[in-house]
Amino acid sequence: MLRAEGLRHSFGAVRALDDVSFTVNPGQTLAVFGPNGAGKTTLLKVLAGLIQPQAGRAHVEGGRRAIGWIGHQPQLYGQLTVNENLRFWGSLYGTPPSAELLARLGLEEHANRQVRALSRGLVQRVAIARALVHDPRVLLLDEPFTGLDRIAAEALSRLLGQHAAAGRATVLVTHNVEEGTELATDVAFMRNGRFVHFAPRSGRGALQVGEEYRNAIA
Amino acid sequence: MRMLRAGRWISGVALALLAGVYVRVLAYTPVEASQGLAQKIFYLHVPAAIWAETAMVLVGLASIVYLFTKDPRLDRFAASSAEVGTIFCVIVLTTGPIWGKPIWGTWWTWDARLTLTLFLFLLYVGYLLLRSAVVDPATRARYAAVLGICGMCEVPFIHLSVYMFPTLHPMPIILQPGRPKLPGSMLTTWLLSLGVFTLFYVGFVVQRYALSYLREQLEAAAGAGGIGHA
Amino acid sequence: MPLPDLLRHSWALAAKDLRIEFRSRTAILSAVVFVVLAFVVFNFGRDPTAVPNVALAPSILWVTFTLAAILALNRAFNLELENQAFDGLLLAPIDRSSIYLGKLIANLVFVATFELIGVPLLILFFNLRLLPYLGPLALLIGLATLGFVAVGTLFSAMTVRTRFAELLLPVLLLPFMILPLSWGVQATVRLLAGRPLSEIAGWLNMLAVYDVVFVALALLLFPATVTE
Repeated sequence: MLRAEGLRHSFGAVRALDDVSFTVNPGQTLAVFGPNGAGKTTLLKVLAGLIQPQAGRAHVEGGRRAIGWIGHQPQLYGQLTVNENLRFWGSLYGTPPSAELLARLGLEEHANRQVRALSRGLVQRVAIARALVHDPRVLLLDEPFTGLDRIAAEALSRLLGQHAAAGRATVLVTHNVEEGTELATDVAFMRNGRFVHFAPRSGRGALQVGEEYRNAIA
Repeated sequence: MRMLRAGRWISGVALALLAGVYVRVLAYTPVEASQGLAQKIFYLHVPAAIWAETAMVLVGLASIVYLFTKDPRLDRFAASSAEVGTIFCVIVLTTGPIWGKPIWGTWWTWDARLTLTLFLFLLYVGYLLLRSAVVDPATRARYAAVLGICGMCEVPFIHLSVYMFPTLHPMPIILQPGRPKLPGSMLTTWLLSLGVFTLFYVGFVVQRYALSYLREQLEAAAGAGGIGHA
Repeated sequence: MPLPDLLRHSWALAAKDLRIEFRSRTAILSAVVFVVLAFVVFNFGRDPTAVPNVALAPSILWVTFTLAAILALNRAFNLELENQAFDGLLLAPIDRSSIYLGKLIANLVFVATFELIGVPLLILFFNLRLLPYLGPLALLIGLATLGFVAVGTLFSAMTVRTRFAELLLPVLLLPFMILPLSWGVQATVRLLAGRPLSEIAGWLNMLAVYDVVFVALALLLFPATVTE
């Protein structure tokens, strides 16, 4: 469903991606852990088509229409209401927003409020709704748990679980090993643009993965 | 390094030749009837103006090819051509008033040719400012290419404008439809001057290109040791 | 991307911009205030016995509209920087050109709004007989506006992410504005002096060609400003 082959990309003298290759199949969730500056965001941007890699290829089945992105920025317009935002973004993908989506995220009562009037937790939920409005088959997540409160974090985890169960693919990058491990089917450690570890999770818990990560990165 | 020396050598030769051309201008070319001695600056002013415009066109062409090939050498060439073009604009904008004062009685007139060289100068300044405002080299090259292409496309409109406005400025004598109206020996001197300015352009661009290449090498060497960001 | 989709997305983007702007009203208000202020200052700044209104009116009109247009252009991509909505636009399966077209349409509507307010104000404040020339004048203003808004929209996509963005945009735009501006003002002078339309046809043609060339160029070059 999602494939990267020999990705290389530098910003000036800084090598952000150094020969990265992997495949993510339907139903798999790849968690990429790495310190800041390892190249994780660049990797996601290349997968999403936002950056053209200097070498190598990234392929997502279904193209941009199949991709949903959740980052630490909500990508919403503050002066528009929740509904207006969802309708606008949906129109770019050719799908009208469904009431069911709002319900799943507990946003029905806020549907006609302007986004800038919402609390941070609510804004995050709207951002998630925005990413899912076109029912994407691939989810790309860039530090999605940043700043989420308990409830929102649990809701997101639940959602990602449902997404994977429905046979979709997910790539999640974060420097927080605890939050990402439980959701992952495959785990990778990234440092200086390379995967220094890439293997199925195989039942390893967050503690164990965290330990291996610290050893690999230190 | 070799390139830098070659560039300096070419510019040096051009400078010497320029002196030679000027001897010819002052001593061996007839004085023009209606404008007198002040007309002699025309030999300096017009070739510089031609190269100021040509340099912009070259920036544009290099930019177009850059957007397709992403070859950094083209970007370096475009930047060098832009800087040299700026210098030539300054030459025109200073020699113009020097000529203008005795002929027209004022330092600056809003006549078409001077005004439009001013626009060209503004195009160059904008181009160089944009380059200095963008940090990432790839983005800088892309943005500069976009602006360079727009600048190049602006040039014909600038040219057309000259023909639309009645002006104090003498209508182009050489680059106009029909045969050049300049008599024999004056034409030769003018062509020689054009040749010298061509050499200047080449010499300066080569030097500038070499300098920017060297600087990039230095930055790469310095940056490789540092902590990068992704 | 097929044309109907391109247009549909462009319109959706423009509509979104317009909805946001008319809800917050910041840029449009500051532009209108600027226009009124400029007219008032110009009025008090002249000697009524020495200079007839109709001699100054073209310059006042064109300078004011051009500067107000820059205010509108600065805002165009700023909107997308908040909340990184711009990345969302780039992620969507839409042609990059529709982002440009959407912004262009929105910018043109803003500029048209204060031009539509400005011309009657000009007539009122300066007591001008503009009505017989309204048709050609509207055409002149329209063509010149399209010219520099087209280039300005393209440049603002680049300057928005640089330092000194609000300063850099006018500097970059200046040489591209001067041409349509000078043609417009020259033609307006002749128009208001009652010259026959055939005399200003040359400038109208230049403006039209300029518009075609630079809108096409901007459409072609815009993707280069956003893809990394």
